[in-house]
Amino acid sequence: MINNHEIIETIKMISEENLDIRTITMGISLLDCVSDCCDTLCEKIYDKITRYAKNLVSTGENIEREYGIPIINKRISVTPVSIISHACRDADYIKIARALERAATQTGVNFIGGYSALVHKGYTQGDKRLIESIPQALAQTERVCSSVNIASTKAGINMDAAAQMGNVIKETAYLTKDKNSIGCAKLVVFANAVEDNPFMAGAFHGIGEGECVINVGVSGPGVVKSALESVRGMDFGTVAETVKKTAFKITRMGQLVAQEASKRLGVPFGIVDLSLAPTPEIGDSVAYILEEMGIEKCGAHGTTAALALLNDAVKKGGIMASSYVGGLSGAFIPVSEDAGMIEAAMCEALSIEKLEAMTCVCSVGLDMIAVPGDTKAATLSAIIADEAAIGVVNNKTTAVRIIPAYNHKAGDIIEFGGLLGRAPVMQVSKYGSDSFISRGGRIPAPMQSLKN
Amino acid sequence: MEKAVLTVIGKDTKGIIARVAMLLYENNINILDISQTIMQDMFTMIMLCDITECRVKFDALAENLDDLGEKLGLSVRIQHEDIFNSMHRI
Repeated sequence: MINNHEIIETIKMISEENLDIRTITMGISLLDCVSDCCDTLCEKIYDKITRYAKNLVSTGENIEREYGIPIINKRISVTPVSIISHACRDADYIKIARALERAATQTGVNFIGGYSALVHKGYTQGDKRLIESIPQALAQTERVCSSVNIASTKAGINMDAAAQMGNVIKETAYLTKDKNSIGCAKLVVFANAVEDNPFMAGAFHGIGEGECVINVGVSGPGVVKSALESVRGMDFGTVAETVKKTAFKITRMGQLVAQEASKRLGVPFGIVDLSLAPTPEIGDSVAYILEEMGIEKCGAHGTTAALALLNDAVKKGGIMASSYVGGLSGAFIPVSEDAGMIEAAMCEALSIEKLEAMTCVCSVGLDMIAVPGDTKAATLSAIIADEAAIGVVNNKTTAVRIIPAYNHKAGDIIEFGGLLGRAPVMQVSKYGSDSFISRGGRIPAPMQSLKN
Repeated sequence: MEKAVLTVIGKDTKGIIARVAMLLYENNINILDISQTIMQDMFTMIMLCDITECRVKFDALAENLDDLGEKLGLSVRIQHEDIFNSMHRI
């Protein structure tokens, strides 16, 4: 029998500390939609998604109601579009993006991920065309999310793709300039992308996945922060233990919701992604957890060590709470989506350089960072290459989701609204990387790749 | 048996238990256990109920309790027991 103290603890986590399930994401394979006619492909895509995800949103809402735990997002990820569109003789990529958008609207999900290409070792014709179409696709749709994997530990870094993505990001920023370049918030450049990530904008349904799967992403930075308040001044062993215990409880929620959703939808359960995903709401910040550990302002010296401890303890605590753990799993540090990060960036405690160091020990990478609109494409490419190098060498996923905010300069604040929050425009290096990026080719895979 | 945990948190006032119990009775719900205490300066009542034979859907029941809470100026929530079991028991 559960005792009263435990009941109240759970309720407090939900009502005061913003504990929630961040997302239930249904992964759907579109491999069987392949056609040599683009219209047929679009029709098949729309039909299949709306058929499989028909009850996704309502099921999520029912679970939310019965267990009294908010489920913030219901989303869909699909097979990377570049793969399923190769056979099209008359591929019109914007048409495909629109079909995805229609399917997302029809099913009621707020984002659909998978307008993606995997080019870590090289491009196919289809990959090339899809990547070229990304700016228009993101400008002409609202719910479609795009990602491109340009590097892996096994393949090295495709520097041609890194160079191209700098231009793609610039163009996306320009085409969505009326909405603070928001298109870039829906575009992720990965190294070592994972196939079962439930979080947007980088979710896609990998080709090693089954027909349809339910993945769940948990959250709860506020709960961890609150738990750490009770161990102020104690040593790091105690801090790590406290984070682990809290992460365990949070993950159990995810496991329960994932199992229920899987059962009710009749779709296999994939993974729980053990992530601390912040929101712009006060009390739902990863930066505040680091500050609770004793860092005066996120970004000060010691921040990387604090984040490393947090990231590791979250995984250790969560791993036993779920039967299958996957996705990105760790602490996210999206600047615009985290009240503490926004504050720290505004008072210049947090710089891009420090964020880059933090990405060596957190779950993803440079996330939701706004930079001046006149930042050169080659500079963006170089930032992407730096992040990819961290991912490739350290055998981890890294990503860049960067917004060169059109017509804005360092120090401005741009508003995205909702979960995407608001971003202080951060300074980049004033020195160029043009000649480095213009070399092209591929940076060879590191020694770490030769494990066989 | 399908069980749910009902919690009432807020400022103490007359007739809380009576009204909650009446609503449950009207919906054919049996109260298995009940406890009330002052926790962190708040009136806290926790009930364990058997909802197996509940007349209405869980959604509707939760909504009715929400309304009652609003009338009384308290937070009244009902949650499936599994959420507590899964969080606190291995």
